[in-house]
Order: sequence, then structure tokens, then C-alpha cells
Amino acid sequence: MTSTKKDPVLAVLQLSGGNDALNTIVPYGDPLYFDNRPSVRVPEEMVLKIDDKIGFNPALAPMKDLYDQGKVAIILGVGYPNPNRSHFRSMDIWHTCEPEKVGSEGWLGRAIRDLDPTGENVLTGVNFGRGLPRSLAAPGVPVASVGNLETYGVLTGIEDNQRDEALDIFSRMYSPAMGRGQVMDYLSHTGMDALKGADILSTAPEKYSSTVEYGNNSVAQYMRNIAQTHIADFGTRFLYTTAPYNSFDTHAGQMVGHSALWTDVSAAVRDFQTDLVESDAAGNMTLLVFTEFGRRVRDNGSGTDHGSGGIAFVIGENVKGGVYGEYPSLEENKLLEGDLQFNNDFRGLYSTLLEKWIGIDSKPVVGGSFEQMDFI
Amino acid sequence: MASPDIELMAHLMRRAGFGATYEELEQFTANGYEATVDELLSPMEQPDLEMDLLERYFIDWKEMNALEVNQAYLTYRMINTKRPLQEKMTLFWHGIFCVGNSKCEHGAQIQHQLDMFREKGMGSFPELLLALSVDPAMVFYLDNCMSHKDAINENFGRELLELFAMGVGMDGHANYTEEDVKECARAFTGWTIANAIPRYPYGRFPSTFAFNAADHDYGEKTFQGETGNFNGDDIIEIIVKQPSAGRFIARHLYNFFVADEPQIPAWQDTPPRDMNAIKEMEDAYFESGYNLTAMLRVLFNSDWFKAARFEKVKSPAETVAGTMRLVQDFTSPKPGLHPIAMEIRYMGQDLMNPPTVEGWHTGQEWIDSGTLVERINFTADQMGNVDLPGVKAIIDRLASEGINEASALVARCLDMVGAYSLPDETRGYLVEHIEKSGDLKPGTESFGGIVAQTLQLIVATQEYQFA
Repeated sequence: MTSTKKDPVLAVLQLSGGNDALNTIVPYGDPLYFDNRPSVRVPEEMVLKIDDKIGFNPALAPMKDLYDQGKVAIILGVGYPNPNRSHFRSMDIWHTCEPEKVGSEGWLGRAIRDLDPTGENVLTGVNFGRGLPRSLAAPGVPVASVGNLETYGVLTGIEDNQRDEALDIFSRMYSPAMGRGQVMDYLSHTGMDALKGADILSTAPEKYSSTVEYGNNSVAQYMRNIAQTHIADFGTRFLYTTAPYNSFDTHAGQMVGHSALWTDVSAAVRDFQTDLVESDAAGNMTLLVFTEFGRRVRDNGSGTDHGSGGIAFVIGENVKGGVYGEYPSLEENKLLEGDLQFNNDFRGLYSTLLEKWIGIDSKPVVGGSFEQMDFI
Repeated sequence: MASPDIELMAHLMRRAGFGATYEELEQFTANGYEATVDELLSPMEQPDLEMDLLERYFIDWKEMNALEVNQAYLTYRMINTKRPLQEKMTLFWHGIFCVGNSKCEHGAQIQHQLDMFREKGMGSFPELLLALSVDPAMVFYLDNCMSHKDAINENFGRELLELFAMGVGMDGHANYTEEDVKECARAFTGWTIANAIPRYPYGRFPSTFAFNAADHDYGEKTFQGETGNFNGDDIIEIIVKQPSAGRFIARHLYNFFVADEPQIPAWQDTPPRDMNAIKEMEDAYFESGYNLTAMLRVLFNSDWFKAARFEKVKSPAETVAGTMRLVQDFTSPKPGLHPIAMEIRYMGQDLMNPPTVEGWHTGQEWIDSGTLVERINFTADQMGNVDLPGVKAIIDRLASEGINEASALVARCLDMVGAYSLPDETRGYLVEHIEKSGDLKPGTESFGGIVAQTLQLIVATQEYQFA
């Protein structure tokens, strides 16, 4: 495969709201699962079995196919000490790797700075969605945040026949000039970065052709955008997107909602993978799928409340497929306030991706040494 | 061309409020500068929003239970309040006395805290600090409810000194010792929140403050050189008379209203940019018996304030509220408010959910390549919409003035967005662009289009990102 010579790239799909680990990779071999989930459960006969203990929720059938091809690492029991059950705080912890104090710098922001300290490539990190997740934020690190790749750009509200000239004026206005002070210089520089990034990104759709038809939902469309940007080969090393705002927060109506969410997400992941293979761009791409926490072991009748101990997936051609870590025990005395105990620190997961895949020192990025895994 | 008085008034309204239309600026200028400052400093003389009417439309505003709902409400307030300085001071304190939705018992709690800032944010500093210390959102956010007589949690005690009232140090020396932090935290033991009413089946209720005498450390404490059986309110009394408290507020006010400065962690070793200005506000603080309006009056009437034009990068809240005030949209309830409020988040200021207890990093740190695009596109989209009343008013005004020459058009458009000025070179690009569009015929549709596009290019400039 020719593309393996290219720099390794990491894409991240964030499932916001707290995905229910127990109904994603179902511990169907454990009677305690059915005891604790009188209502919100996947019946044994529907589980797509991995072994005699665990299996996929049927909504993840496309992921199961990829798993069977050896491309999916399932990371069990992932979390951090003293779990926080607030969405925002827990997501912050995953973003900043700061479980003790509140941090403001993101792990990928730090990784981008490590790879490109002078910000030479304004597209080293690209986010799809509005606003920048904290994981990509770090002072002085340029990151493009794209709401819609087809229309992304500066001054997009100016009519087509006038826009080229408006952009020309914009680039002249933002060209560095002497003696305007440090803040104005910073603004000029940032404006030019933004314009440059938008210019480059706007060529992605035309460089892209594919037979893959992604679903008509935002995760699928953003995964398509990630594929387009990756295939266009702009030197982007980190691509990021987020499932719709808190959608995995299934306190009620989970059986229908959770299944629909995973049907979309796993189809998007499969389409993404197929798309990259078709364009010969899969060899240097690894995808991380994570969520901020799992959900309460015992269901509440129609849904599940916030818990801990989640599941993550690492997917790609270079991944050694399999199950990593142990399924946290469901025995009552092993639970932490009714939740699964984590046994895999997420910072070890990050470290593995940073060191074994991206090839940078992970300690300054995740804030210490954590046990790495063998999935790469 | 805007007169110097109008330019000054535009400056005042941008800083003490969220900007104003040109017509409003003319009105305020006719009333006079000092009279306008007086009006801004007397918010209670202006009517508040009519909440009973608004709640019929925005039914979620009755409960204020969700972050997005509260953000939309706050945005609506910033756009429509007749008490702009009160709202600005609410933002000011929100950025200092940080609590966040990420650690909050109940969605409405931060909303209640902001209401407290509206009520007390321009009055007596000790009263405000006391209200903050019993504010349930704060008690919870900084774990004071977890601070017990026999197991002290220093979180609130420390931040009260470091981030809320004194700052680590000034003029090269520390303002308090680690011992002060411990003693302060001891004095606030037992300041907790009452047990919440269970959510089911009653629904959500706000938390309330409770003093638990059995959990308060009544022992002797030494704080800032004074010794006694201090309770929390005694500590506040000692804090507010320290020189560091005057310095703390003066520097914060300067950074927020006058010119961007390094932020609080740097204050021990970085002297103020204008020591004279800080001194004047410190004097007002002590002479008035710790009154915030007295400090604000000195600030807005000073020469150093009047001279500090465009010395601040606009915050996202100022950008969005200022733009909406200019285009005169959402001046009454209608659908579509939520996406406008979300723009503030996209630009990097998730209101009521600051990144840390230190609040947002301000000044040029508001800007990165992502947020700059959000800012420019949002403001340009609004200004380019000729159907919005504010944009229409600008077009009509320029047409009635018979503007038929490109450089005059650029000059008047700059006036209309708040008496901005641009470097000659940039102005030249705009003039050249308009001249290419052909003759200017005031009153025609193409004239409106040219005005709108000129406004769009103006709000896209670096200069317009400053207030």
C-alpha cells in the first residue's frame, strides 16, 4: 500500500452525552446484566456475539463487520479515577487530561503544537462542527473549525459575483503592515491564517470523488467531511467531530433512541472506512470513538442515568483488532456508587495513540506516564 | 462626518453598554456626556424588561432550567435592556466571580446569581462579597458546602482572596499568606446550602443558603494581622479595607472598561498600564466607603477613559449583542433567538459556563483562526441583510443625505457602525471597490446593496474587532 508512507493521521469522533457502555458491548454472558436491566436491555438472542461473554448491540452491526475484519479495537472499562458524572466536567477531563484541577488547554492542541510549533500548516488540526471543542484548543495553535465544508470560508454571506473581490480586499486589509502594534499584528496574522485555511479547505470537495453514499445525518456528513479533507492531503494530522449536542444522554426512551443513534454512527464509521479504502487513503488513518462516561448499571425503567466506566473504539487498518481490557464487574460490591469501575485510564489510550501511531512523546500531552495498550 | 462629541459618545456606549445606533448616539450627545454617564449609573431609573410578557412567549424563561435557555435570555437582555451598564456590570462580575454550568446543582442557579449581580453589582463591594459568599451557586461551585469544622476545604477561602477580592499580590509583594487562606476558609465553615427538595415528584427547586452553626469553627483566627473569633462576614470586613481590595477592583474595571491589560495572575509583578488611573479609582473606592458606582463615575468621566479609543478587543458577548443592537433585530420576542445566542458560544464565550474559575481569557485571546471566522461571518451576515430594520435605517439615512460619492459613502458607513475609522489604505480599498460598482444613485435598490456590502466589509476589518 503506497499511502503508508504518509504521515499518520488521527480522527476523533466524540459521542457527547455519555454512551451506555452496557448496551453497546453487551455483557450478555453475565446474569447480573439482565438483573440490573429489567427494561433497558438487549435480549441475548439479538446480541452479535464476540465470545461467550460479550457481544455487540445489533445496531452496531457495521462495526461488528469491521471487527470481524480485524480493524476494531474495543477498549473496555475506560475512564479515570474519581469519576465525575457531570457531562461538561467529565468531557473537560477527557479534553484536557486534567482530572484534578480545571484545565483550559486541550490534549490535541498540545499535540498540534508539538508537531508544528510555528503553526506553519494552519490545517494541522481541523474540527467539523460549530465552535471549537476544548481538546483542540491551545494558545497560539491555529485550528480551523468548519460548520459546513461545502460553504466554509470567510465572508460567506457576500454574494457570489462580489465575493472574490471582497476576499481580495480582505486579504489586502489583513496583510501585515508596519507599526500597528502587537495586537493588530496578531489579528492580521490570524485573519490570514483563517483565509489561507479556508482557501485550502474549499478545494477539498472538488478533489474528492467517491461511490460511497453517507447517511443524511450530521455524524455521517461530518465523517464524510473528514474523509474529504483527509483524502485531499493537506497535511492535516488531527480531524475531529462531535455527535449532536448531548444526544447520547439517554435518560429516557433509551431503547429506541440509543439504537437509532448507533445505527447512524456505525453506518457512518463503516462508510468512512469504505470511502478511505476506495481512495487508497485508509493506510495512514486511525479513528478514535469515545464518550465522556458510561451510564448507571441499573436502568431507571426507560433509560439510564449518568455513570462511569465507558467504552471506546479504535478503528483502522493499522489497528490490531480485538478486545482490550477487562469488562468491569457488575457485582454489586465491585461497583462504584452503582457504576462500573474503570480499569483502563483514558490517558493510557491517548498515550498509545500519540506514541505508537502519531509518534510523539505523550507525557507532556497527557500529563504523565500511563500504561500503554497493544492495539497498534 | 461624525463630530468629536458623537465619536466620544460612541466610545462611551460601546464600553458602558453594547453600542448604539447612530440615531441613539445623536440623542445621547444632545443630552450631554455627563448626563448620559449619570443615566448609565442610575439603572433603576430605567424600566426593566417586561418579564411577564416575555415569559408568555418564551415559556422556558419561567423556569430557566437549561443552559441554552438561560443563554438566550441573557442575550435578549443584552440586546434590549434599557439599563446597559447594569447588564455590562453583570457580565463584569460574571467573568470574575465565576461559576459554571459544568458544576452546578440546578440550571436556574447561575441565573439567580446573575440577578444578584444586577441588584448589587454597582453598589457596595462588601455587600456584594457577602451576597456572593451566601450565593448557592458559588457555595456549590467552590465546594464550600464540603468545608467542615473538622475537615476544611480551602477552595472558596482561597479564591475569595486570590480571584474575588484581593489578588495574589501587587507592587511586587504578596497580598496574603497561606495562613490567611486557611484562616479565611475556617471562618467560612458552616456556610453551606440547605438540603435540596428532591427533584421527584416536586420538580426542580433552587437551592438555598444555610448557616450550620454546628459545623462552624468558632475558634480564634488571625487574618491579615487581625485576631478574633471571626466569622465569614468579619473576614469580608477585613478584606474590603485592604489596599489590595481597592487595587483589585480598580485593575479589573480598567481591564474591562478602559483598555486590555495582562490578566489577574500577572498583577503581582506587572504594574498597571496607567498607575494614575488606578490611583484615582482606588481613592474613589476608599473615599466612598467601598462603593462601586463611585469608582465607575470617576472612570467614565476621566480623560484617560475618554482617550482610550479602540484599546480593547470586543468580547463575543459584546460582538453579538452590539451587532444585534445595530441591526435592530430581536427587539421583540420572535423565533430564532437561540441560534443568535449560540453564536456567542461559537465565538469562544460560553456564557454561564466559563472554562475555569479564572474566567475567560480576554483581549486578543478572544481571537483565534476559528473564532475570527465566526465573528466576521456572523457580523457580516447581519449587516448584509437589508431587510433588518437597523440596516434599512442606515441605507435610508444615507440615501436621504444624498450620498453619491464613494469616499463619502465609506465615511458615513463608518459613522453608522459607531464612528469607526480605518487606515487610509484600507479606506482606499473600499472606495475603489465601490467605484467599480458604477454610479451611486441614492434611493435605488443597487444603492442599498452597495451600502450593505460596504458595511459588511467594514465589520470584517481588524479595526472593527476592537471596541
